[in-house]
Amino acid sequence: MEMPTPNPDVLRRKAAVLQRLQRVLPKDAVIHDPSETRAYECDALTAYRCPPMLAVLPSTTQEVADVLRICHQEGVPVVPRGSGTSLAGGALPTADCVILGVARMNEVLETDYDNRFIRVQTGRTNLSVTGAVEEEDFFYAPDPSSQLACAIAGNIAMNSGGAHCLKYGVTTNNLLGVTMVLMDGSVVEIGGAHLDAGGLDLLGVICGSEGQLGVVTEATLRILRKPEGARPVLMGFDDNEVAGQCVSDIIKSGILPVAIEFMDTLCIRACENFAHAGYPDCTALLIVEVEGSDAEIDHQLSKIIEIAKRHNPVELRESQSAEESAKIWLGRKSAFGAMGQMNDYMCLDGTIPVSSLPEVLRRIGEMSAEYGLPVGNVFHAGDGNMHPLILFDANKPGDLEKCEAFGAEILKLCVDVGGCLTGEHGVGIEKRDLMSHQYADQDLEAQMAVKDVFDPNWLLNPAKVFPLDASEARRKMRAAAE
Amino acid sequence: MKPETEAELAKMVAGLNGPVRIAGGGTRGIGGPEVVIETLGLRGITLYEPGALTLVARAGTPVAEIEAALEAEGQQLAFEPMDHRGLLGTQGEPTIGGVVAANISGPRRIQAGACRDFLLGVRYVDGMGQVIKNGGRVMKNVTGYDLVKLMAGSWGTLGVLTEVSLKVLPKPETVATLAVGVPEVADAVQVMSAALKSPFEVSGAAYDSQTGRVLLRVEGGLESVAYRSQQLTAALSGFGEIAEVAQPADLWRALRDVRAFEGQDGDIWRISVKPTDAPDIAARLGADQTLFDWGGGLIWARVPGGIDLRDRLGAFDGHATLVRADAETAEALGRFQPEDAGIKALTQGVRRRFDPRGLFNPGLMG
Repeated sequence: MEMPTPNPDVLRRKAAVLQRLQRVLPKDAVIHDPSETRAYECDALTAYRCPPMLAVLPSTTQEVADVLRICHQEGVPVVPRGSGTSLAGGALPTADCVILGVARMNEVLETDYDNRFIRVQTGRTNLSVTGAVEEEDFFYAPDPSSQLACAIAGNIAMNSGGAHCLKYGVTTNNLLGVTMVLMDGSVVEIGGAHLDAGGLDLLGVICGSEGQLGVVTEATLRILRKPEGARPVLMGFDDNEVAGQCVSDIIKSGILPVAIEFMDTLCIRACENFAHAGYPDCTALLIVEVEGSDAEIDHQLSKIIEIAKRHNPVELRESQSAEESAKIWLGRKSAFGAMGQMNDYMCLDGTIPVSSLPEVLRRIGEMSAEYGLPVGNVFHAGDGNMHPLILFDANKPGDLEKCEAFGAEILKLCVDVGGCLTGEHGVGIEKRDLMSHQYADQDLEAQMAVKDVFDPNWLLNPAKVFPLDASEARRKMRAAAE
Repeated sequence: MKPETEAELAKMVAGLNGPVRIAGGGTRGIGGPEVVIETLGLRGITLYEPGALTLVARAGTPVAEIEAALEAEGQQLAFEPMDHRGLLGTQGEPTIGGVVAANISGPRRIQAGACRDFLLGVRYVDGMGQVIKNGGRVMKNVTGYDLVKLMAGSWGTLGVLTEVSLKVLPKPETVATLAVGVPEVADAVQVMSAALKSPFEVSGAAYDSQTGRVLLRVEGGLESVAYRSQQLTAALSGFGEIAEVAQPADLWRALRDVRAFEGQDGDIWRISVKPTDAPDIAARLGADQTLFDWGGGLIWARVPGGIDLRDRLGAFDGHATLVRADAETAEALGRFQPEDAGIKALTQGVRRRFDPRGLFNPGLMG
């Protein structure tokens, strides 16, 4: 993976930059010793590593503003970091950058049940947002599998999704407002406890901008009342195509489950070994969950089961208890970890139109044989968001490169059938150079023009999202300006 | 000017040498330059997959055509776009491009989301005459910046939409509406908050101060709606008289289109607020008539013509839009809430890059 050459001028001025940062931050909030900066050398895309020049851990919006102002004046690139759980390399440093971690900013600022929102500092983890409102039977809906660790800051940067977004939407649909610091240190407030933007929907473009437009320090999030109950049903099929058809039939029937998850044999086995959820051993497994009162759940599930039966499932089982439901979800949410116990893996995130599911799975199978690398498939079937997990051996020379090439081919296939490169993980560095497969030059220019407005010198997370050759002129302009 | 294809439109825009008004069916009453680019020639549903809950249509496609196609499959536009014709006294055929450009969402916005939340992809012609695409036709897509949201609610000021792709949802089997009698706005907002805080999935919560009735909507399967209506009735019984209302579908269409204000004098404002602020803000409006939607989060106000409501409101969590006024008033007060300096710099910067010659609906959004 190519990254821009570090700016030697910035590296040379490390001591001066450090000194200025130490003046505005507490001593322990500035990390400069190479043995300590190493902790920030990668995120969850561990195949790529590079220790940053410095790392800072501000505690307030004011401190974030001070850091950005100084870096702006010094021409130092800044890579924002939530909890470092990005699977796309969104928080991967460059050797000449300052990592700005928001982990110390994890306070709940306001909870308001009458108006159904919570305001938090963005270093707070996704699950602990729900934790803060659970007492009143509320929850924060987006639920990425990394929710125990991932920060709201990263969720906003990547517009994270989760298993339940078929019903509740992704981060952007649950974000009401932000306090954001721009690269020049100015602070803007966008949105609030009211609905929908008054002017242009800047909030909409900030969410998912991968830390390239500003550093979001506070967020107003929509919270929802928990449903009375929820219950999953497991459906096993001996054919992917049939499973795909079953998903489509359920959706067409007028029932909207909160989640429809899909796993193939390899994932089923790995997850079963890990969570002992009682998954059937079959070609394709669907987990379909519905919500409501017991009677409502019974009613919806009976309809869903009726549809499933038409497709001759090899297994059809309703969860019998809350404990069993928890196990079923633990298995699913542990999929990446469980696969990781088998080997190194690369996790993809393309989305496809649901109708292309059988075709895409067949092609992935064929490519897997061609490349000689096994693939497990686990994904959100209701919305077509796939997560093929390619297994490889990082210690075997050439395996990573082969895996990257295979991954790129799968993602191109996703685009070619009418889908996209990434459904919820973000582009980061991982899919950066594939962007031109999905977008024409002028499409990328339109997006980069937005960054020009927010960060004219291209200092914030500059080597991400856009193909390096597409963003080169802009990044060079910055170097020339210094 | 009425282009028949996207390519023709792009050529047309590239050749422009002065400002234009961008219009779909022209039903939203935005005013603006004499020269008009109408998108009505860009018409037709290009893809509809009920099993994938997605529909793609050219921008000039009438909303009615889309709703009919969805109806045939038992689906709908869940964000319930308002029809402005009655309120504004406009003629013409509302288009899907107009709905998207104005981010028009009705009562179900509180539960299902706004138009922008259902918008999956756009194609548009920018101010240089280039065709740009963003997003796509799949439900989850974080590939690059989300210009889709930016285009929704940009009122044609960033580009001329040519095609939109939308997530659609199943139409509920049945609808029930409960009416709760409460004379005061403050109590009404409390009732609505209580309903929206309940687990019974209320998909509409509105209050008409003239009738003194809170209306709560419950939708879904037959048994489920019966159960939830009953539970809600029990939960809210302390607030006042509760009864189920007949003919709920037309009732919610009337609320969506603010029919209560039709044919009445004065300016009409639409104010988005934090719901529990609504009573205090309503008191400061000095309005002749008010209607509350979105659990109190959306106030429709009818006030004597020419008054600057924003002056009366001062600073608040939200924004006020002037929806209906004569041209001079709209010009003098501005249709949209003025922005803080920091935000203004950003929005102007974005506008300058998308439409560097200032061609599209100039001045409409500041």
